[in-house]
Amino acid sequence: MDHDLTVNGEQCRVECSDTTPLLWVLRDALGLTGTRFGCGVGSCGACTVWIDGQPTHSCDTPVWSAAGHHVTTVEGLTDAGPHPVQETIIAMQAGQCGYCLSGIVMRSAALVDDARSQGRPLTDLEVREALEGHLCRCGAHNRIVAAVIEASEA
Amino acid sequence: MGIPGNPSLAATPLLASWLDFSMPGMVHARTGKSELGQGIDTALVQIVADALGVDQDQVVLVKPDTRGPDETFTAGSLSVQHSGGALVAAATHARVLFTRAAREQLGDDAVLANGRFTDGANAISYWDLAAEVDLETPVDMSLEHPAPTGVIGFSAPRSDLADKVLGRPRYVQDMRLDGMVFARIVRPPSRGSRLLDADVDIVRERHDIVDVVIDGDFVAIVAETEISAVQGATATAGLLSWSHSDETLIDGEVTAFLTSVSTDDTELSAGSVPDAPVLSARYTRPFIAHASIGPSCAIAIDRAGVLQVWSHTQGVYPLRRDIARALGRDESSVHVSHVEGAGCYGHNPADDVAYDAALLATRIPNRPVQVTWSREDELSWSPFGPAMVVDIAAATDDTGIITSWSWDGYGNGHSSRPSTLPSPSLLTFAQQQDGTPIPPSGDPPLASGAGTGRNALPGYRVGEVRAIAHRAKEMPIRASALRSLGAHLNVFAIESHMDALARLHDIDPREYRMRHLDDERGRAVIEAAAEASGWGRQMAEDHGIGMGYARYKGSGAWCAVVAEVEAVSEIRVAGLWIAVDCGRVINPNGVANQIEGGALQSLSWTLKERVRFSAGRVESRTWEEYPILTFGEVPPVEVTLLDRPEEPWLGAGEASMGPTAAALGNAVADALGVRVRDLPLTSDAIVAAMSS
Repeated sequence: MDHDLTVNGEQCRVECSDTTPLLWVLRDALGLTGTRFGCGVGSCGACTVWIDGQPTHSCDTPVWSAAGHHVTTVEGLTDAGPHPVQETIIAMQAGQCGYCLSGIVMRSAALVDDARSQGRPLTDLEVREALEGHLCRCGAHNRIVAAVIEASEA
Repeated sequence: MGIPGNPSLAATPLLASWLDFSMPGMVHARTGKSELGQGIDTALVQIVADALGVDQDQVVLVKPDTRGPDETFTAGSLSVQHSGGALVAAATHARVLFTRAAREQLGDDAVLANGRFTDGANAISYWDLAAEVDLETPVDMSLEHPAPTGVIGFSAPRSDLADKVLGRPRYVQDMRLDGMVFARIVRPPSRGSRLLDADVDIVRERHDIVDVVIDGDFVAIVAETEISAVQGATATAGLLSWSHSDETLIDGEVTAFLTSVSTDDTELSAGSVPDAPVLSARYTRPFIAHASIGPSCAIAIDRAGVLQVWSHTQGVYPLRRDIARALGRDESSVHVSHVEGAGCYGHNPADDVAYDAALLATRIPNRPVQVTWSREDELSWSPFGPAMVVDIAAATDDTGIITSWSWDGYGNGHSSRPSTLPSPSLLTFAQQQDGTPIPPSGDPPLASGAGTGRNALPGYRVGEVRAIAHRAKEMPIRASALRSLGAHLNVFAIESHMDALARLHDIDPREYRMRHLDDERGRAVIEAAAEASGWGRQMAEDHGIGMGYARYKGSGAWCAVVAEVEAVSEIRVAGLWIAVDCGRVINPNGVANQIEGGALQSLSWTLKERVRFSAGRVESRTWEEYPILTFGEVPPVEVTLLDRPEEPWLGAGEASMGPTAAALGNAVADALGVRVRDLPLTSDAIVAAMSS
C-alpha cells in the first residue's frame, strides 16, 4: 500500500507493506544510502535518523509509524553545508572505516543542537551516555566524543 | 624506504603498472592494497606525492583491481612496507626519467621546483613530458630517494572521511547499478545441517521476486528491490526444513579438544623443556569474532563472457582465483575490483559474499546482483579468530634471570584465506550440491610471521628457547586470520609469564623486562610508556597497573602498553598509555589512530569477547549475545609516537593488540593479586582463577 512521508523536507509516496522497516524505504525506495544497515534490530545505532527531530533507529521503525512525520537523514541534516558535528568529526579525524558514523552524526547532532540552544557545552559523560547504543569496532570512540564536545562548544 | 626484495615489485616490475601520467595534471597511482578503514589510501598518496614532488591533490589512488598490480592480501601490517615501498621506488624512478627528459629541453640545470621542472626562466610539467618518457621499464629500486618535501611525516587528512561523515555513497553497500537485483541468503541453522525440504513456490511466485536459487544447502532469494529480498528471505526461512547437525563440540570444551586432537607440529626453536621450571602455566583464548559494524556485501555481473565482481576483499587476486576455481571458469574471465566496505580486521565474510554474488550472477546473467549478509550470519558464519592454548615453562637462576624457556602453542591454523588451501575456501562452495568442505586452516610460514607461532618467541634474552606450534588437523568451527593472528594470545602469555616471574622474584616488572631486553628500540618504547603512565606511582584502592610489550612479529613495530584498571566486581579500565616505534612515520595522526583503535579492539576481545557454540550452531548471533566494547567502557588512551625519520617505515595496524591484552592481564593481577590466564577477563574468569 502507499505511504506518504516527508523526508528531508520533501513529500514522497512509497508503495510497500505496512511493516517494511523505514531503513529499507530510505535506502532502497528513496536511494538515500547514507543511512546504514547494521543489525536490523535496533542494537547498533548505524541506522539512526530523526523522526520529528528525535533520533530513532530506522531499522526497526515500520514505515506506517513514520507516515505523516518528518524524517531527517544524514543527507538532509542541514539546509546548507555540514552540521558543526560533521565538521568537527572531519577536522579531528574522528573515524576509521566510518560505517558507524552517519548514525553517530544523527545522534550527536541532536545532542549538540540541544546543548547549543541552552548555551552550554556537553560533558564527556553526557556524550558517552548518549552514544552508548552506538557500536564502533575500529576504536574511534574517544576521538568521536572529543569531536562532539568540540561541536557543542563552537 | 622499501624493503630489499620488495615482493610487490617482484610480482609487478614495470613502472607503467604503478604510475600513469596520461591525464594532464593528475598522477594515477595503482595499488593492490585495500583501504579497510586503516587509512592506507591517504598514506600511499603522501608517499607518491613526496617522491614526485607534486601536490597530494594531484595524486589519484586507483583501488585494487585484477587489472592492476598483484599485491596478494592486505594483511600482516605490511601495506606501507610493500605497496609503499613499491610506489616510492616507482615514483623515484619516474622522477629521474622525467628530470632527464626535462633537461633535454631546458638544459642540465633544470630542477624540479613546486611540481614543475624549471631552468629559472621556463617551466614544464610532468604532463608536458609524458609522451616522451617511456615508463614501460622495470622499476629500478637502487635509485636514491629525493630529499623529503615535508609531505611525509605530515598528518594529511584522510581522503575518505568526508564522504563517510556526510553520508555520500562510498561503500559497496551504496553502489547502485542499472538493472541491479538484490539478494539475501538463508543459511542452515547449524554447521552440518542439510536441507531436507524447500517448498518455496509461494515466494518464487511473488511478482517482485526474481528467483529463489537452491543449490544443495545454499538458498538465496533474489528480488527486484532490497525490501523484497529481505522480506522474501524471512518468508523463505519459514518454508525450509533442515536435518539436525551431527556436530557435538561446545565452546567450553575447546581447550581439551585442541590439546588432544591430531596436530601438525612445527618447531620454531629447538630446545628442551626446562628441567626445573620455576613457573609453568597455561594460557587460553576462545574463538573471537570480527564483528564488523556493517554486514558483508558484494556485487557481481556476468555479461559478455566476463564475470565482474565488486568486493571489499583484502585480496582481489586471491579472491579471483578461488571464484574461478569454484565456478570452474578461466581466471581471465573473472575480474575483481575493490570497493570499500565496513571495517575489516582480517579474513571476514567479504570473500564469501563475493562468491555468493558471483554465483548468483551466473544464474541471472546480464544483471548486477548485490548480496548483503544478515547480522546473524555475519556473527555466526564468518571465519573466526582461532581459539588458542599456550603452555609456557621458564627456569631462572637465583637472581631471577631467565635461563631457559619453553612454549607450546595449540590451535587451528590462522589462515583459510582464498587460494591458500587445496580447494576454494568460500562458504557457499562448501554448502552447494557436491561442494567441498572448507579444509582446515593452515598457518602462514615463519618467514611471513607465522600464525599460531606469531610472536611465540620472546623478544627477551631468556637462554635456551624451545618453541613448538601444534596446529590442529581438524577444525571444529571455521577459523581464519584475525588482526595480529597468534600474537594476541602469545604476547598475553609471554608478558603475563614475565610479569609473574618478576613478582616471584620481587622485582619491578618494568625493571625485570629491562634486565632481559637488549633491543634498544624495545627499551625505548617501554621507557616511554612507563613515563607517560607515571609508572611506580601509588595506586588508588582496588586499582592495579600492568605493562605489556612486544615487537610485532619480531620484525615489525615496537609497542609497549601500560594499563590501569579498577577491579571490584568486574574490570573497569581507567587508562591506557601506549608508546610505539614504527620507524619513519608517514602520517602521525593516522598511526596514532591505528594504534589507539587496535588497543581498544584488543581491550574488547580481552575483556569481553567469546564466540559461543554448541553442536555446530554458533549461539552468539546478535550484539546482545556477542557484546563488544561500548562508548561508556572506553578508557582514556594516550599514544606516544617515537618517530625515527632515518629508519624504514613499518606498519602499525596490529602492533598494539598483544601488548594491550598483556597490560590488562598484568594490571588485573596487580589489582587483585590473582592472575587470570583464561581470556576473556570476565568476572566469571576472575572467580574461577581465585577459586583455583
